[in-house]
Amino acid sequence: MSDLINVSNISISFTQYVQGLNQRELKVITDLTLDINEGEIVAVLGSSGSGKSLLAHAILGILPHNANLSGNMVYKGDVLTEELKKELRGKEIALIPQSVNFLDPLMKVSDQVIGECADEAEEKEKRAKQRAIFEKYGLSEEVDDMYPFQLSGGMARRVLVSTALLSNPKLVIADEPTPGLDEKSVEETLNHLRQMAADNVGVLLITHDIDAALKVANRIAIFYSGYVIEVANASDFSGEGENLLHPYTKSLYKALPHNGFELTKGHQPLHGEIPVGCPYYERCPHKLENCDKERPFLFPIDENKRVRCFKYEG
Amino acid sequence: MDESVGKVNKFDVLGNMNLRTKTLLAIGLSAFILILVVVISFFIDPKSITTNWTMMNQPPSLEHIFGTDWLGRDMFIRTLKGLGLSVQIGFFASILSSIIAVALAFLSSFNKHLDSFVSWLIDVFLSIPHILLIILISIALGGGAFGVLIGVAFTHWTSLARVLRAEIKRIKTSEFVTISEKLGQSKFWIARKQILPLVITQVIVGTILIFPHAIMHEASVTFLGFGLSPHEPAIGIILSESMKYLATGNWWLALFPGLALLILVLLFDIAGENIKKMLDPASAND
Amino acid sequence: MELTGRNISFKYSSGSRQILKDVDITIDNKKILGLFGDSGSGKSSLCKILAGHIKRYEGEVKLDGNEIPKSGFNPVQLIYQHPEKVMNPKWKMHEVLEESWDVPDSLLEDFGIQKSWLNRWPAELSGGELQRFSVLRSLNPNTKFLIADEMTTMLDAITQVQIFESVLKIVKERNMGLLVVSHDRDLMDIICDEVIYLDDINHVDI
Repeated sequence: MSDLINVSNISISFTQYVQGLNQRELKVITDLTLDINEGEIVAVLGSSGSGKSLLAHAILGILPHNANLSGNMVYKGDVLTEELKKELRGKEIALIPQSVNFLDPLMKVSDQVIGECADEAEEKEKRAKQRAIFEKYGLSEEVDDMYPFQLSGGMARRVLVSTALLSNPKLVIADEPTPGLDEKSVEETLNHLRQMAADNVGVLLITHDIDAALKVANRIAIFYSGYVIEVANASDFSGEGENLLHPYTKSLYKALPHNGFELTKGHQPLHGEIPVGCPYYERCPHKLENCDKERPFLFPIDENKRVRCFKYEG
Repeated sequence: MDESVGKVNKFDVLGNMNLRTKTLLAIGLSAFILILVVVISFFIDPKSITTNWTMMNQPPSLEHIFGTDWLGRDMFIRTLKGLGLSVQIGFFASILSSIIAVALAFLSSFNKHLDSFVSWLIDVFLSIPHILLIILISIALGGGAFGVLIGVAFTHWTSLARVLRAEIKRIKTSEFVTISEKLGQSKFWIARKQILPLVITQVIVGTILIFPHAIMHEASVTFLGFGLSPHEPAIGIILSESMKYLATGNWWLALFPGLALLILVLLFDIAGENIKKMLDPASAND
Repeated sequence: MELTGRNISFKYSSGSRQILKDVDITIDNKKILGLFGDSGSGKSSLCKILAGHIKRYEGEVKLDGNEIPKSGFNPVQLIYQHPEKVMNPKWKMHEVLEESWDVPDSLLEDFGIQKSWLNRWPAELSGGELQRFSVLRSLNPNTKFLIADEMTTMLDAITQVQIFESVLKIVKERNMGLLVVSHDRDLMDIICDEVIYLDDINHVDI
């Protein structure tokens, strides 16, 4: 496995106009570092509305223009500039959107999967490929001529997956692909992701569903108040959670219904109220002296694991 | 909220001003000019617009910047007086208009029959050309300032009413309204507490944006001779009178009053659009 | 105390798909009932019917044998999945609570609500915080039954525990009825005394 994409120290903030047009700077993602290898599934886990989807938008270069982005992204050894993002998106880097609503209701499914073609030769080639991918995902030939409203939920999801795969992407970003789905559909969606990884595609799964993340991901980045506070192996989420490092990750694991449903008090700091020191300071059971004055970095533990906590410094 | 301190946008044409300052400036400036026009016109003594045969048909000069007419009256003063009257009529007409719009929009939310009645009424008023309707109403009410005012008011509520009706419909299906109902709140309470705060921005902006239309229509109806009576110093009167003298080369009689009217209307438009940005910050994020 | 739905059938409009058919369900305040089902199986529609949020359906919903009045306060209160949709964006959080009842400080504390949040707009709080308000609002002293439709699905596991602990405490104290609707079987096994599968009581022909 080799590095596909390296995201280091990414911060995303918004200049927002609020009541009466006062301007304010809203930090949504701060100091995010992450890398994804070929054939690996990395999940970014955070509560809904925490802004984690913006990471996907940043990689694809489709942030709204009042967003400010800083930090570095390196894709296959090249710095990912806005021009390069534009060149890669929809080709080497593809997105599986949240919902079926992203399909054009007035266009035949096969036509929109193929997209625009320069000439007939290209169209022929793409059609053949689309057919092959549809076949792989169990979509029969009659689906080609269907309109989105004729698809069942499961078929529509497979169409979305096929669309992303048509351009032979190296990196696929799946943005919240599971909410509102029952177990069977979740399992099906996750299987698609597994299949991609087996084909040596890197997958970035952005989700709030810890169960889904645990089922497919190799590694999981835990999001807290805009910070990645830990990157852990999925296998660390086992037993009593003794391999998990950050106290928040541990509490999160133990709060799961099948791991004890354990209560932890407190809440994540609100936007704009994030303290100077560690964002988890208020709730942390083992505070150190400088935790409320200084913000810890995301310390590397080994090749895969990282944690944002002074306890593991050095 | 320490992180929320305003950041200066570097791409601004107006240098270091941010949108808030610019918007406030635009609103302040246009409001100031409009109020100034009304106040000045209020204090203009009608006697100063008397006939002066020694100053007939003077082209614009430093003394009479808009020139004088065939009776030697100063066109600048006449224009100001006329604009003042226009703003007053526009003011009452647009307020009356939006009262009608709000009342009908809320009425339509009450039940299905009232809703079809209101949308029928909107269609009827929209299907007749504005100017025709204003003339009809104005004549039916005996003409004059009152006739024009009512005429304009009764024709300009339709678009606002339509927007509000759709908006109220959308809000009424929202989950927070259903919950309000199930918490035992009355329809009236919901209209006042849940719906009104969500549409008030549109009402305010809508009212201000009716203003320029009202003024234009008042001027056109008067110009056509169905509006204010000829002895009133209205812009429409000034423009229609000047038509007779344009052929003799007195271009300033129509140009300056017309231009002044246009600027006045534009100022209202600027004020309206900026107030909208102020009240609805989401639209300014683009 | 018993909330019963008898022969409940429902579709959105006359031509569309039948969603519920002849559903019988009884909720009482002696045990916490869980309703489990696939997405699209009609769980949400059933919840809305039981709480009076859907007016046009076949069948009857009764509270202790009596019809529930169509207007006025409904003793059956529903908690939705998406808290950001159930609050007027132009209301501050204290107004949201005041619409229903005067929530004592002790309860605010139980629900982990900071006093400073009361003066915030809904857009300034995250889903987890908003859901605490949504739940507290529905806990009016006259509420007899609470229906939690995927109440914590969009929230993180820790917030899920916090909200359920607070709700369960007050449900026991006040001797209220609670219907928990979820697609998460593990969660229901912990919370509920009895779990029913919607497909078992719904007679829609597929």
